[in-house]
Amino acid sequence: MEELLTGLEKLWSGFLGIVIFGVLIAVLFFIGSRFRGRLSRPAAILIFLGPAALLLVMGLIVPAIRTIFASTQDASGNEFVGWANYQWIFDSQFDIIVNSILWIVITPIAATALGLTLALLLDRMRREAVAKSFIFMPMAISFVGASIIWSLIYEYRAPDKPQVGLLSQIVMWLGVDDPPKWLLWQPFNNYLLMVIMVWIQVGFAMVVLSAAIKAIPSDVVEAAELDGATGWKLFSRVTIPMIRGTLIVVVTTIMFAVLKIFDIVRVMTNGNYGTQIVANEMYAQAFVQFDVGRGSALAVVLFVAVIPLIVFNVVQLRKDRATR
Amino acid sequence: MSQPVRFDDVSLVYPGTTDPAVSHLNLDIGEGEFLVLVGPSGCGKSTSLRMLAGLEPISAGHIYIGDRDVTNVAAKDRDIAMVFQNYALYPHMSVAENMAFALKIQKVSKDDIDRRVKEAAALLDLTEYLERKPKALSGGQRQRVAMGRAIVREPQVFLMDEPLSNLDAKLRVQTRTQIAALQRRLGTTTVYVTHDQVEAMTMGDRVAVLKDGLLQQVDSPRALYDEPTNAFVATFIGSPSMNIVPVTVSDGGVMMGDHHVPIERSLLDKVRGGTAQLGVRPEDLHLSDTGATMTVTLVEELGADTFVYGDMATADGRDVSLVARDRSHAAPRMGDKVHVTPERTYLFQDDGDAERIF
Repeated sequence: MEELLTGLEKLWSGFLGIVIFGVLIAVLFFIGSRFRGRLSRPAAILIFLGPAALLLVMGLIVPAIRTIFASTQDASGNEFVGWANYQWIFDSQFDIIVNSILWIVITPIAATALGLTLALLLDRMRREAVAKSFIFMPMAISFVGASIIWSLIYEYRAPDKPQVGLLSQIVMWLGVDDPPKWLLWQPFNNYLLMVIMVWIQVGFAMVVLSAAIKAIPSDVVEAAELDGATGWKLFSRVTIPMIRGTLIVVVTTIMFAVLKIFDIVRVMTNGNYGTQIVANEMYAQAFVQFDVGRGSALAVVLFVAVIPLIVFNVVQLRKDRATR
Repeated sequence: MSQPVRFDDVSLVYPGTTDPAVSHLNLDIGEGEFLVLVGPSGCGKSTSLRMLAGLEPISAGHIYIGDRDVTNVAAKDRDIAMVFQNYALYPHMSVAENMAFALKIQKVSKDDIDRRVKEAAALLDLTEYLERKPKALSGGQRQRVAMGRAIVREPQVFLMDEPLSNLDAKLRVQTRTQIAALQRRLGTTTVYVTHDQVEAMTMGDRVAVLKDGLLQQVDSPRALYDEPTNAFVATFIGSPSMNIVPVTVSDGGVMMGDHHVPIERSLLDKVRGGTAQLGVRPEDLHLSDTGATMTVTLVEELGADTFVYGDMATADGRDVSLVARDRSHAAPRMGDKVHVTPERTYLFQDDGDAERIF
């Protein structure tokens, strides 16, 4: 009974919130509608843009500035230490940066290349939709869930015992008597973790690229065939340039996902055995070690790393739009 | 080098259908000839062109370019160039790159490519647009780029699939004459597909009329107009269409409504089953004091010509629509009852393909 009452209370307060929101909007719009002449445009801009801008400042810009500020403080956030936190990253945590760069470069390219290959192979195949659905499904699994699935695949057991790990069993069938302890196998364990990310992202790449390929007008392909371009020439000189914009979007989208990734590393190795990456180290520093300064400095490094990628993305898309 | 083209009993049946898209097509196209394939939509004209291009498989028969049987030759090895309805330009390439693409694939030397592209551009008035992307061109310029892409290839045969249908009416008339002139100058065998009979009549050395996948008639524009093989060709060629009136044979002629049209006995004897279709072109149907009675439903004043549309009751009580061209400049008004007399007539059988009797 009590639970029901608290439930109702919550429902009521939620409802009240919506009503208040509606009234506020109505009042704002009413005030806005009173402006005439020269003031009407600035008023419209303020009313429509103002709330969003305010929330953006509160939720994004202020925290960003605070993080940059915190990155120059010590562990407790009380004392100014200058570049010391960054010094620490580049002196003792350089392998983390290298790992992150490997992730950022290899994963998007591998996922996109594989996605493109699948899109081409499945194009106009019978039951194309069924095959695509299966390949797309990992997208629906959380990173943690995917990591658990793959930790089973990478599971190590002594060679004389019954095997649990799929990978170990397969290489044993292929004649390897003593498979390595996969997740401890440096530096290849890094790539094994990347495989999980590729597995998750390849469906996305395939679906988007497949749509782009289907959007190429058939007469352009026919014209290219009559011009003598078939097979690889057709693909490299007509298909690829015509889906260039989509390729860029896919690569950069996966890149952003990779920049943020830390779940896979956290679940599989927790950053041990040489698999640590910036995002997971940031989490570990800020919320496990409670070293606000180092955590913030790592966050700033990630943030700075994203900027050139976004600039590249925007420039390329502008260039691409100019031809369409 | 320009080459003749031959369709030898070519048929195409799409999988899962029973009616052939193209049925037993026999067609000889001479070296350097401009042949137009014309017909209503779905008649198989584009399909025939695509079969020649190698973009469509052939169910039966053979296609020859010159002496070479190309039936099973891949599109890229047929040495033909095609202009598509939507131009099919490569959006990521400049005008010059679009034109040079086929030559680059053939590994023609760079100097040669440059020279041929520049020549074609000069011919088509495209020189100042060579560095532009297709997006930055008007419809007419894009159409010319598509032409240029075909010309630089110096192919054995040009194929054109309704290349003017995306242009506005005025530009279409202009480009029509330019293409025809260009083709005469280059002397390359050309197969041109259109649904527009005016294009067909004005451009082609010969015109092939298709209907439902069947070739109806191939002839010079003049012969198609004067001696159509059946009622379909007669009505398809010419604008406005030829009037077709169902008639019954009566002594020494046929009854067009309440008007008796005398016809020679020997010709009348060829009519099967006592009924036939009388054909009169609008320009041969004159407004006069006597003749068949017609109620005017619409008058079109075009300046030089006036077309008078009307309904006439046939001898057996049905209504047929007629069009007459009037040069009297004293056109009747809607609702008026007027009389029309045919000057020159055609007679078609009333069964099967409605073949022409005379």
